[in-house]
Amino acid sequence: MIESAQKKAMLRHILKHVFLIIMSFIMIVPFAWMILTAVKTKQESISVNPFYIFPSGTWHWENFGKVWQSYNFLVLYKNTLLMIFFRVVCAVLTATMAGYAFGRLKFRGKKILFAMVLIQMMVPGQIFIIPQFLMVSKMGMLNTTFGLVFPGLVTAFGTYLLKIGYEGLPKELEEAAAIDGCNVFQRFSRILMPLTKSSMVSLGIFTAVFAFKDLMWPMIVCTNAKTTTLSAGLAKMQGQYGSEYPTQMAAATLAIIPMVVIYVIFQKQFVEGIATSGGKL
Amino acid sequence: MKKKMSLKEKKEERWGWLFVAPTMIGLIILNFYPIIQTIYQSFCKTGDFGKGNIFIGLANYKVVGSNPETWQSLWNTVKYAIIEVPFGIIIALILAVLLNKKCVGRSVYRTIFFVPMVCAPAAVAMVWRWMYNTQFGLLNNIFHTNTAWISDPKIAWISVGIIGVWSIIGYNMVLFIGGLQDIPGDYYEAARIDGASEFRQFLSITVPLLSPTTFFIVQTRIIGALTIFDLMFMVMDKTNVALKKTQSVVYLFYQYAFTNGNKGYGATLVCILLIFIMIITVILQQAEKKLVYHP
Repeated sequence: MIESAQKKAMLRHILKHVFLIIMSFIMIVPFAWMILTAVKTKQESISVNPFYIFPSGTWHWENFGKVWQSYNFLVLYKNTLLMIFFRVVCAVLTATMAGYAFGRLKFRGKKILFAMVLIQMMVPGQIFIIPQFLMVSKMGMLNTTFGLVFPGLVTAFGTYLLKIGYEGLPKELEEAAAIDGCNVFQRFSRILMPLTKSSMVSLGIFTAVFAFKDLMWPMIVCTNAKTTTLSAGLAKMQGQYGSEYPTQMAAATLAIIPMVVIYVIFQKQFVEGIATSGGKL
Repeated sequence: MKKKMSLKEKKEERWGWLFVAPTMIGLIILNFYPIIQTIYQSFCKTGDFGKGNIFIGLANYKVVGSNPETWQSLWNTVKYAIIEVPFGIIIALILAVLLNKKCVGRSVYRTIFFVPMVCAPAAVAMVWRWMYNTQFGLLNNIFHTNTAWISDPKIAWISVGIIGVWSIIGYNMVLFIGGLQDIPGDYYEAARIDGASEFRQFLSITVPLLSPTTFFIVQTRIIGALTIFDLMFMVMDKTNVALKKTQSVVYLFYQYAFTNGNKGYGATLVCILLIFIMIITVILQQAEKKLVYHP
């Protein structure tokens, strides 16, 4: 009896891991194939017979260097980083202020204003794009970092996220501070804001990943290869290097690797940040 | 009669307005004005040499509505959602249940499944497109097939859907794990004492108690799938013969508004999408009352 139950449990355990390993394999194969293609010669990449899984001779790591040079990846990284940096700063700053006011303060018009925040979250983002583009264009800000950051200057979603964060803090904190003679701004900056650090980190990571992945906006406002981001740069490259698969895959690797490395290092914050932000959306 | 505000309350109000001001001004300029502008533009045409908007009433809607391409793209988008949403959710739920309890390699598995979430879809699409390549692609070489994964109109939408599923399961899984951990362990213990099998426990405890999470994921994923763009754009070339049977509404919107420069037509398309999404949202809200378990 006991032995058969143990066997059954063992079998289930094995089946579970077999399934998980197969799924992991499916997740990894595209990345592995990307890197394996990137280090082949063009000939190897398109030879069907024999079909090479690994490069037949040497591994051509220099492909990365060539793509880096010819596509000026340094500039693409710089543009992407600047966009992410300013978007994160703007989002966290404005959302923290608004989140505090919505979550903690009494003022007339609060309900209507917060309803506007919620409405913005419900509308599909594509509806804003044409007028936003026309505004950036009229300002003469096409092909600039400002143009890239523009739609992310404020964030309805972040405001909502931070509002929840502030609401969750105990009332007594503020009351005690008020008795001690702190004014509204001091209560915000010295007492409550430091306690919402995790919400701020979540919003920051969420904003960064979202900005990093965005394709349509950078393609529209930054048509110049010198001013665009990694995503939009890849789109351009694909058009030009249609059949140069090692080149394409080296470029894709260079675009993917930095964020993956950052993710693996700060895994916990990433998963929590994206999941808690997403979970409250 | 309203009480007069005390000095303290007045001060608080001023701080409140000051703090929400940047966000509200930003939202009005960046979002609310654009909504009105886009709706207005859908009733206008762009004048010659890109000059101004000329009001033409419902003419755009007539043209867009009578173009079969519009309805085909809406149908394509729905088809994409039919692949991405259910499969992305079911696989994620299975993984979440398996990884909810402590087991060997749990964090490694979780890390791996979540990786696509931090990858630019542009890069992901490039890699998949290469794997899908008919002549030299990995898939046809391994399975010894000769399938035109992304240029056969009959299956191209499935191929794009598969990339969508692959990209999203890690994210859905993490949300599911969050939901699972909120279910009190006592419930399972009580069920075990009563002799309920694990499958029975899953149906009677996990499914109802997880339904708010599930509903949330279903809702956000449906909206996300209906606005799909990046994967389509990167995978489907303009010359691809399967394009007409695969392109999404947002893809079409991008082509008209920005490649062809016909902003009025693009605005009309996006307004139709807005109406469609609003209808879906209302239906989902109704369904929520019936399907989600409220203790």
